[in-house]
Amino acid sequence: MSTGRDNTQHQRDEGAEEQRHPQGDRSILVASQWQLMWRRLKRHRLAMASLVVLFFIYAMAIFAPFISPYDPFETYPQRTFAPPQIPRFYDPEAGFSIRPFVYGLTSEVDMEARRRVHTIDYDEMLPLHFFVRGEPYNLFGIMETDIRLFGVEEGTAFIFGTDRYGRDMFSRIAHGARISISIGLIGVFISFVLGVSIGGFSGYLGGGFDNAIQRIIEFIRSVPTLPLWMGLSAALPLHWPPTTRYFAIVAILSIIGWTGLARVVRSKFLSMREEDFVVAARLINASERRVIFVHMVPTFLSHIIASLTLSIPGMILGETALSFLGIGLRPPVVSWGVLLQQAQNVATLARSPWLLIPGIFVILTVLAFNFLGDGIRDAADPYSTEGV
Amino acid sequence: MASYIVRRVLMMIPLLVLVSGVIFIVIQLPPGDYVSRHVARLEMEGVVTHEAEIEALKRRYGLDRPVHEQYLLWVRAMLRGDFGYSFAVRRPVLSVVAERLPYSIIISVATLLFSWVVAFLVGTYTATRQYSPGDYIASFLGFLGLATPNFMLALILMWIMYSVFGFTVGGLFSPEYQDAPWTMGRVLDLLKHLIIPVIVVGTAGTAGSIRILRANLLDELNKPYVITAEAKGVPPFRRLCKYPLRVALIPFTSTVGWELPNIVSGETITAVVLSLPTVGPMLLRALVDQDMFLAGSLILFLSLLTLVGTLVSDLLLAWLDPRIRYDR
Repeated sequence: MSTGRDNTQHQRDEGAEEQRHPQGDRSILVASQWQLMWRRLKRHRLAMASLVVLFFIYAMAIFAPFISPYDPFETYPQRTFAPPQIPRFYDPEAGFSIRPFVYGLTSEVDMEARRRVHTIDYDEMLPLHFFVRGEPYNLFGIMETDIRLFGVEEGTAFIFGTDRYGRDMFSRIAHGARISISIGLIGVFISFVLGVSIGGFSGYLGGGFDNAIQRIIEFIRSVPTLPLWMGLSAALPLHWPPTTRYFAIVAILSIIGWTGLARVVRSKFLSMREEDFVVAARLINASERRVIFVHMVPTFLSHIIASLTLSIPGMILGETALSFLGIGLRPPVVSWGVLLQQAQNVATLARSPWLLIPGIFVILTVLAFNFLGDGIRDAADPYSTEGV
Repeated sequence: MASYIVRRVLMMIPLLVLVSGVIFIVIQLPPGDYVSRHVARLEMEGVVTHEAEIEALKRRYGLDRPVHEQYLLWVRAMLRGDFGYSFAVRRPVLSVVAERLPYSIIISVATLLFSWVVAFLVGTYTATRQYSPGDYIASFLGFLGLATPNFMLALILMWIMYSVFGFTVGGLFSPEYQDAPWTMGRVLDLLKHLIIPVIVVGTAGTAGSIRILRANLLDELNKPYVITAEAKGVPPFRRLCKYPLRVALIPFTSTVGWELPNIVSGETITAVVLSLPTVGPMLLRALVDQDMFLAGSLILFLSLLTLVGTLVSDLLLAWLDPRIRYDR
């Protein structure tokens, strides 16, 4: 059952583990490769914190309608560019309250500046309630419900403020997470398929094919990506429905994204071809397919997962940049990049800095994926050096 | 060395063919051909067009021929210096490129130098003072720089400048120097306006380079020969500069090659936000107007910029590191 590779791997890990636990935790001896990786990953604090952050962001994306207090397209014409109503626990007059509350807003039109001015009304305390009844919505297309995670019974609670049409930024960010984050995942999946098959063939066959593929990869990497992405996405027909456009953008992002992964897979195949356990498997007459999928792929699967994690940020940033420029996804589709488009004007930005909040979510997500990827890479191979 | 240079320059040819091929595809992708889009635009403006005129235009651009012949015609025209005519700005494409490309090159080169100097200083500092507060601060800022989209950083800086100092950042010249002839004052004005774009475009690349230099230098510093030098009493500064730093600089230099495409990418979007007179905003405008000849040529020149930059960095690397030029 156990192959040569597994044994050496185990011995190496045991040695390392034994040094750290001189008394010897016997469970390590029978732990699988994945259990050992998980143990090492758990020691990487930043990676674990990132895992928690990503868990919350994904939960926000999946349960977006439930978490957001308002419909992302619902406009409140009286409340355009309203500042964030930050949830508080303390009021100078009423003292502490266990139940968080927000202050109400009074809005009036400044005739001179021709815009609405909102002032925080410190006398009006609006208690936040959990599981309140709001606008009805459809959860996952199966459940018709009107219960939302939080909200106020009277007045409004825009905890991240509103945009130019008076739409709740928090609800829009939660819904935008669905698009922005899924683009990263689907894009990475396409890059994965492309990268593993092309890189695998390239490394396994070698020779002229390998040479040609390497030149193409070098070429793609030496061309500035954003202008090329811009050119391709601007060529998409304008009349395409949002879903088609979404998948087209993902495809465009993946065309460039697969190269990094192909390189990792190829170099692993090249170095693995000469390894003892691969030669041994060949000698006992294992088929090519068996050699590849049973013996070679499992040894570098963890490296692939690490580089996959590290390539998600590029996809998210790419979509954000394209949508920000107005040639990626377009309204009414809500993504973080589309939301940031409203912040293009400095004068608007100076009056309503909360329009940049979607960007904070972009940074947070990208940071988390970077740290998690670093952690997985370290866990996958304790001997790897930085910059591989 | 000579044979390496020849080999490396010859490698440019297939790359150029690939670039032109990809850009030709980008030009061809939008529905309808170039002339019919132009005619549609003219008709929208109320200009009456004649069938014969349209046919003449189509013949002139070779649109009545098969695609591969169109490609060859396009390449041949470019080799003669004819990049076509932009209907969006009503000027020959080449003059638009000539006006804007120099500023893109200035910003890219300035960013590269900036990122190099900062990465060299900070990388050396963090590696020699590992786990010091300065190291942690640099790492933290580095990660933040890697994760922040360029345009977001540009927006934040613009917002701070606007709300704190009360002036709008943007452009490369103050109004009084906008159309002035080149004088010392204008050059200084340009340099002043370069600071923010260079910082914005350079952050991500600098952060990456710092990490690479720091890791390489740390590897070197733990090697026995450094310890031997220390035991023999070589002073710390000389001990650092004599070998470890020089060895660690080699992988660092090679990153410049793939740094340049990122800088050009970043410059494109930053220029849109800061409204710089570079290729970026013009490219966006051309794409939105579906003026594909202009857009294609702009992407072509940006790609050329990075390809030539990579070539220069490869030659520099071969000059620095004999192992590369004698390899193969």
